[in-house]
Amino acid sequence: MEVRFINPFLEGTISVLKTMAFIEPKPGKPFLKKNNYAVGDISGIIGLTGSVRGSLALSFSERCIVKVVSNMLGEEIKTINGDIKDAVGEITNMVSGAARKKLEESGLILSAAIPTVVSGKQHSISHVMGGPSIIIPFETEHGPFVVDVCMGKEQ
Amino acid sequence: MDTNIKILIVDDFATMRKVIRNLLKQGGYDNIVEAEDGVMALSELKANKIDFVISDWNMPNMTGLELLKAVRADGDLSKTPFLMVTAEALQNNVVQAVKAGVDNYIVKPFTADVLNEKITEILAKYKGG
Repeated sequence: MEVRFINPFLEGTISVLKTMAFIEPKPGKPFLKKNNYAVGDISGIIGLTGSVRGSLALSFSERCIVKVVSNMLGEEIKTINGDIKDAVGEITNMVSGAARKKLEESGLILSAAIPTVVSGKQHSISHVMGGPSIIIPFETEHGPFVVDVCMGKEQ
Repeated sequence: MDTNIKILIVDDFATMRKVIRNLLKQGGYDNIVEAEDGVMALSELKANKIDFVISDWNMPNMTGLELLKAVRADGDLSKTPFLMVTAEALQNNVVQAVKAGVDNYIVKPFTADVLNEKITEILAKYKGG
């Protein structure tokens, strides 16, 4: 996967969490993911098609997502519930939109499908391309989450 | 500024409707109804007097763009202020929405200030004729 694909997702993620949840996540060093297991307790995944095919997943620890969604909704949520699942889908959608806007500036036009959300310890994330994906780890004051991106070659 | 106007929020994600509702409250707007997709929004628009529509783009059954076109094509509803709030920021999306007669377009993520500014601008435009 090309490195120039990574920054739009990194910047998109920071922008979404900062604007909608008032949390500024700190990105770590991206690395290649070796298996299909999600890093977090709940994940949103969305397929991308167009100039390239790929998919994007966001996988949150429970502690982190509970705080993110509590901030978004302006009400305290304690554990993963229906609101959290719904919000993870919407956050994935927004990150995909923000990243696709930035990718468009470098000539890559991508459209997105409807996101799906999976939760539970050690659930799996299957990318459309089936190939290795890049993990961008993030740290927040309320625990970690990762952005997991898999993109094919330009067509 | 009239904060008593009846606003319809159209979004398939319940949390997003809640987020928009909270942001609107910060701007003083309290008279709010919700719909989960374009089909439900259109029947709400036909059944009750709605002063302002805030709609998502990607929704099942009827998208925000289809809803916008239906509103503009309906003699009774065609003058309803319509704000699109969506994650779809590609240039072609914006062009399509403008062609279909959208009053303004907000790309997610956004703040309460941005939302309330756009609403004020649109209402001023309609008031000025």
